[in-house]
Amino acid sequence: MPEVVVSIGPHHPALKEPVNFKVVVDGEKIVRLELDLSYNHRGVEKAAEQRDFIRVLPLMERVCGICSHAHSTAFAKGIEEIMQLEIPPRAQYIRTIIAELERMHSHLLWLGVAAHVIGFNTLFMWTWRDREAIQDTVEEMSGNRVHYGMNEVGGVRRDLTPAQVTAALERLPNLEERIKKYVDMVNKEETMLIRFRGVGKLSKEEALRYGTVGPTARASGVDYDIRKDDPYLAYADVPWNVVTDTNGDVYGRTRVRIGELWESIRIVRYCLENLPEGPIRVTAPRNAPTGEILSRYEAPRGELVHFIRTNGTDKVERVDIRTPTLANWTSVAMCLVNQNLADLPVIVAAIDPCLSCTSRITLLDNQNKKTGVMSLDELIWRNRSRDQGQERP
Amino acid sequence: MAVPAADLSQRLVNWARMKSPWITIFNSGACNACDIEIIACLMPRFDIERFGILVKGSPRHADILIVTGPVTLKQASRLRRVWEQIPEPKYVIAMGACGAGGGAFYGLYHVMDCVDCVIPVDVYVAGCPPRPDEIINGVVTCLNLFHEDAAHGGKEWRQKKAVPVIGTDTNICKVVP
Repeated sequence: MPEVVVSIGPHHPALKEPVNFKVVVDGEKIVRLELDLSYNHRGVEKAAEQRDFIRVLPLMERVCGICSHAHSTAFAKGIEEIMQLEIPPRAQYIRTIIAELERMHSHLLWLGVAAHVIGFNTLFMWTWRDREAIQDTVEEMSGNRVHYGMNEVGGVRRDLTPAQVTAALERLPNLEERIKKYVDMVNKEETMLIRFRGVGKLSKEEALRYGTVGPTARASGVDYDIRKDDPYLAYADVPWNVVTDTNGDVYGRTRVRIGELWESIRIVRYCLENLPEGPIRVTAPRNAPTGEILSRYEAPRGELVHFIRTNGTDKVERVDIRTPTLANWTSVAMCLVNQNLADLPVIVAAIDPCLSCTSRITLLDNQNKKTGVMSLDELIWRNRSRDQGQERP
Repeated sequence: MAVPAADLSQRLVNWARMKSPWITIFNSGACNACDIEIIACLMPRFDIERFGILVKGSPRHADILIVTGPVTLKQASRLRRVWEQIPEPKYVIAMGACGAGGGAFYGLYHVMDCVDCVIPVDVYVAGCPPRPDEIINGVVTCLNLFHEDAAHGGKEWRQKKAVPVIGTDTNICKVVP
């Protein structure tokens, strides 16, 4: 049968975010996948170079709306390390609480979307209802449902009151009960087993070769979690386990995420119950000394890396963000080969893609197999002025 | 406010449209926060379906277009094309600080800074991101506008007509005066 290209996106009913898939199919079988991810490229890295550290943090939060705390913590953590600041333990614990609440809301969101993709809308509604309990907790603590604005260089901006701690603890038993139900469901519910088992298989070797991170890697049996391997915040003090699975398919990724929900509840409970006393921030100097740092953070989707270079001023010289979704795309393209076209949404959804963090522009000369750089003027010319007949700068 | 006396079929259509406005979401380079808040609207807590509001995938089925994000240059022509596909009467809601004026992304090299640069906007919903109840309020405001527009016989009393452009690749820039 001849190969047919099925073009999906950027605006498509099945897509929540703009992305363009060119799926090459032979009958019902997928031959390969071509991706265009750059619809959401805004130029955050460049903008970060022009703002001081106080103004960069809100920008970093808006790299991604789902893992906003991950980005701002990774950035603040890097700057603090360059400045050699000692962050008070209470601030570390509060950051950990918000980080784990964020992971829980992100995983519940994912579980709902994955259920929606296979047509199991009941679970979609259930998980998103349970997610509201976490949103309420976060809103009480930070004042906003999505962008929390908790971080600043040197600590956190808001303290937790005893009333907030009690209210948060009161919500946990109900959530635990719900998560128990989901653990039960994913192992027994026929709808999910049929659509998840054996779909999008990725062996341990492949997972390592394609550089997968986060739940995608852990579902293939790779024991890799920055919270354990390179502990930051309060993770070194908290008792918890890395969740791995040996299935390597979408079913395994679901099990890992539900297992992580369970661990996150444990971490949040421990941190809330053992919240140390003391200040919540130290005063940070305005300028950071010259230095380079690779700040790693386990975001809900996997390892998030911020490379930061400072030059002695109050602005960064360069910040480079490698988001977990970017690392996982290769594995998606690989495990789609020879799968059914109907399984495309669930395999793509299984890495929990977040396009807004991932959008990058790389100049690629396909004939000469070269990448290059472009000046800012030329970039603007290409985008805005080319069709209006203006001269190339 | 009463729907003006049109012929019976038109009144029937208007009535149906008021009782069940269908919306479509367009992500024009948002950070996902607005998008998940819109999806949170569909969920049991906020449940916009009790007002008859349905989220539709195709712009050809929609009455209201909700645009999230500061409109990246690559998305601008797509946004325009999606808007052109919506049948009249159509309404546009720009979500959040980004949709109104770029928000945290104001002035970046790959951003148009506002939805209004590409398509005419009827309602702005404030917030970063707006809460789900504010989004519902935005849709209700749109419905009130619909009443007023029906009384005035069109949108021209409050909005200049959008300049028609053919959605070529990237030549959309400040098309709305």
